[in-house]
Amino acid sequence: MALSRFASSSRSGSLLKPLSSAISLRRPISTDTTPITLETSVPFTAHQCEAPSRTVQTTANELLTFFRDMALMRRMEIAADSLYKAKLIRGFCHLYDGQEAVAVGMEAALTKKDCIITAYRDHCTFMARGGTLLEVFAELMGRQAGCSRGKGGSMHFYKKDSNFYGGHGIVGAQVPLGCGLAFAQKYSKDEAVTFALYGDGAANQGQLFEALNISALWDLPAILVCENNHYGMGTAEWRAAKSPAYYKRGDYAPGLKVDGMDVLAVKQACTFAKEHALKNGPIILEMDTYRYHGHSMSDPGSTYRTRDEITGVRQERDPIERIRKLILSHDLATEKELKDIEKEVRKEVDDAIAQAKENPVPESSELFTNVYAKGLGVESFGADRKEVRATLP
Amino acid sequence: MLAIARQRILGQSFQKIRPAVSVLRSYSSAAKKITVREALNSALDEEMSADPKVFLMGEEVGEYQGAYKITKGLLEKYGPERVLDTPITEAGFTGIGVGAAYYGLKPVVEFMTFNFSMQAIDHIINSAAKSNYMSAGQISVPIVFRGPNGAAAGVGAQHSQCYASWYASCPGLKVLSPYNSEDARGLLKAAIRDPDPVVFLENELLYGESFPVSDEVLDSSFCIPIGKAKIEREGKDVTITAFSKMVGYALKAAEILEKDGIHAEVINLRSIRPLDRTTINASVRKTNRLVTVEEGFPQHGVGAEICASVVEESFAYLDAPVERIAGADVPMPYAANLERMAVPQIEDIIQIQESEGYNSFAFVDTVVCAGNASVNN
Repeated sequence: MALSRFASSSRSGSLLKPLSSAISLRRPISTDTTPITLETSVPFTAHQCEAPSRTVQTTANELLTFFRDMALMRRMEIAADSLYKAKLIRGFCHLYDGQEAVAVGMEAALTKKDCIITAYRDHCTFMARGGTLLEVFAELMGRQAGCSRGKGGSMHFYKKDSNFYGGHGIVGAQVPLGCGLAFAQKYSKDEAVTFALYGDGAANQGQLFEALNISALWDLPAILVCENNHYGMGTAEWRAAKSPAYYKRGDYAPGLKVDGMDVLAVKQACTFAKEHALKNGPIILEMDTYRYHGHSMSDPGSTYRTRDEITGVRQERDPIERIRKLILSHDLATEKELKDIEKEVRKEVDDAIAQAKENPVPESSELFTNVYAKGLGVESFGADRKEVRATLP
Repeated sequence: MLAIARQRILGQSFQKIRPAVSVLRSYSSAAKKITVREALNSALDEEMSADPKVFLMGEEVGEYQGAYKITKGLLEKYGPERVLDTPITEAGFTGIGVGAAYYGLKPVVEFMTFNFSMQAIDHIINSAAKSNYMSAGQISVPIVFRGPNGAAAGVGAQHSQCYASWYASCPGLKVLSPYNSEDARGLLKAAIRDPDPVVFLENELLYGESFPVSDEVLDSSFCIPIGKAKIEREGKDVTITAFSKMVGYALKAAEILEKDGIHAEVINLRSIRPLDRTTINASVRKTNRLVTVEEGFPQHGVGAEICASVVEESFAYLDAPVERIAGADVPMPYAANLERMAVPQIEDIIQIQESEGYNSFAFVDTVVCAGNASVNN
């Protein structure tokens, strides 16, 4: 069962790749697909259902891909932090570093026919669905090459051709919307599911229970994923929820509690949930995860939690470190090779930022585009109604 | 006289008692009369038949046949997968409807009255209206939110508000309000076919009223363009704008004003957003006077926008200040006499002749000309 070594020399060609091509996450690293059997960090805890096994199958290829994807996301979010402090990103910026395993593990269990919808901490989910770094940075900086052409901003990333429906600023709204996507999938007989992500803060929203009730009544293929990073902005879960066992809050709906820092556990749970939802209707997944940054760039994140807690999680549970250790202990790559991947990823991010900085801001005429899908030749006005008028196409 | 011809078509299931009520052409050339209810029902029926992506959702729309019987017979005809009874959870089911529209279906979401839409207003505005813009065109939302709006009779403060101006202020929404059966059919069909979110404001008290409709209106392809007002009655002395039930009042007022020599031009807005500023301004440039009529609260109302538009675009043509007639600036009272005072009546519209503008010299001249044939000039 000799595992082929990851050859770093084959990677040098990638650095000469033209920057205009979409920088995708799916690069072949190790091509070894010999199955490796592992166990998740902890067993799953189940509510109203039988937990899946904690034994998972993976491959060197998959593990290295996970490593690269998460490293890219980590680097991207840290770079966004710097850009925000340099005032190139304005308004809201909610960073996902620490939670990468959820986005990556979920994507590994799904196809692009399945839908994902999330809240405002959406940069990495967008990347996992096939978005590019340029689209991310350009959107954050309000440029034309952004995924929403600069008109959305950090909280409004979308990628409809990959069935990624955003990107929502109103806490909890995305859950009924996600159940609506699931309704439409069932109506269209698409044999696919929707993952609607929300946080521990949103878990107390009434509309979530309204949507879950309807989804259970109508047997919709909806998976509600609570990304429990234990803080709803500055409020710890025990101060906001009488019952912080979010996987049980669905009552009649089954639920599973998952170590959200273990990408293999996330993948296993999502695979299980998808199968369940297609047959039996809605299920809740609670991902026990953690964000290193504060709620947003306006929040230092240290007034309501101790620095020890944050460093503790970083040392004990960091998702990238977990995969690094797995790769090294199974001899799938050397330390240097992994460091090289991280360097590569850093360069990709830097290149994308440079490109995004050169990208122009939207044309003034864009103020008036996309108000409607069908504008009917209606007139719209700017602040000076006599000067700034447009006909909506 | 008007011939009333109606043919019933039996639904798919013969066990159920109620068939889908459909309006068919008769072979006579006389005009037919249908109620607004029948107009809405037939519009829904035809659009559901034409496009399998259209589905209905709301409280009591299915087995109860619709709280106001607008969706009568549709469950039998199209089945429970396309006509969905929801629990009383507006925020939840409206969000689900918008999500289904994101995916490409065409939901028609009923609010039992638009008062309850406030529970779901975040989804109407933030999830539906703004999505096409925020996503730079990736996510369009072909959804219709419909239901009765405004005052009914004796239902009190929480069940009587008009939401036209709230929704019409929001870019990304289209807001329609039919008056008669032709409007109801044509605008609802247009709304369902439109790729943008449409708020469709009906009126409970109009559901049972009959109006004549031509063969063209009854055709399944009939559609009224969104954004175009209709001049219901031509006139040269004053422009009266109205929508929904107030169109009927304005028309009756115009008849009475006619006897006093005032020829009012009555504009049925049909579309609150987009507002047909062109038609309104063209009319005011002809008549030189504007009166806006609405049932809703006066402050920041539909009339306020129309007045501002006319003052901006046609100031030089105005012979008198613009005037607004609106509901009283109070929550709707229950007692019948107070309720009557809280909503515009025909007498309130006729009162415009007492206002300053009509006592001005120029206008009196015209009246005298029309009335007595003695010409001052």
